Amino acid sequence: MVPVNYYIILSAVLFTIGALGVLIRRNPLIIFMSVELMLNAANLAFVAFARATGDAAIGYRGQIFVFFVITVAAAEVAVGLALIVQIFRTKHSINVDNMNSLKG
Amino acid sequence: MNVDLILFLILAVVAVATGLGMLLSRNAVYSALFLVLNFVTVAVFYLTLAAPFIAISQISVYAGAIMVLFLFVIMLLGTERLAPGKGLPWQRPLAVVLAFLLVAETVYLLVARTPAGGAIMQPGPAINSMDAIRELGSALFTQYLLPFEATSILLLVAMVGAIVLTKQEKGGRK
Repeated sequence: MVPVNYYIILSAVLFTIGALGVLIRRNPLIIFMSVELMLNAANLAFVAFARATGDAAIGYRGQIFVFFVITVAAAEVAVGLALIVQIFRTKHSINVDNMNSLKG
Repeated sequence: MNVDLILFLILAVVAVATGLGMLLSRNAVYSALFLVLNFVTVAVFYLTLAAPFIAISQISVYAGAIMVLFLFVIMLLGTERLAPGKGLPWQRPLAVVLAFLLVAETVYLLVARTPAGGAIMQPGPAINSMDAIRELGSALFTQYLLPFEATSILLLVAMVGAIVLTKQEKGGRK
């Protein structure tokens, strides 16, 4: 078996790549993708811990958490992409450096 | 070195490489495709962790629905590449340094400080995947019925919100 620590390290590395993407990219679409990557890293840690526990009932609870996280991520992407489309319509650019006013 | 570990290492290299590819691609379409590969790799991780239902959900929801939505919006807006703007000059190096700090901190807190005995994954119960899916489904529809129903409301609100946000008002607000 693979030690659960390895999964946690991988999860931390993926999360950091996502955080780095949020920090250095200027395209909001790629920032969104980085957020998805961070959610995925958290899910991976959830499933790894669910597998590591000896109790089957607790293991399923971990997977149910991941199920809900996936649902929330889907809802978040739908609304976020709609916002990006609307911002592009008003400003004709989606560079985050140009989004510096609340009123378009 | 057993087969599980070799499989894990190969998949981990693919996952990190596709994550970095997503981060560093100049073209947003390439980023999206790298991210699809990353999601598929994570789905294979779920399979090795005896979570087949989550693996299939990952493929169909993330790699299927969400990434199709991303590609659709990228191509709809035609913003594969942004014009190089004038960002803050010190932002990138600072971000890289902070990211290294974050990963070092996380690994130290989560791994170096856990007791050595508690960290090895146990063989685990119920490898049989049909049993696992059955158990998951019954837990979802009995003990977690209320959160499950709340999820449906959340999806409905997201759907209505997306339509309202992107609807063009009649008469052309422009």
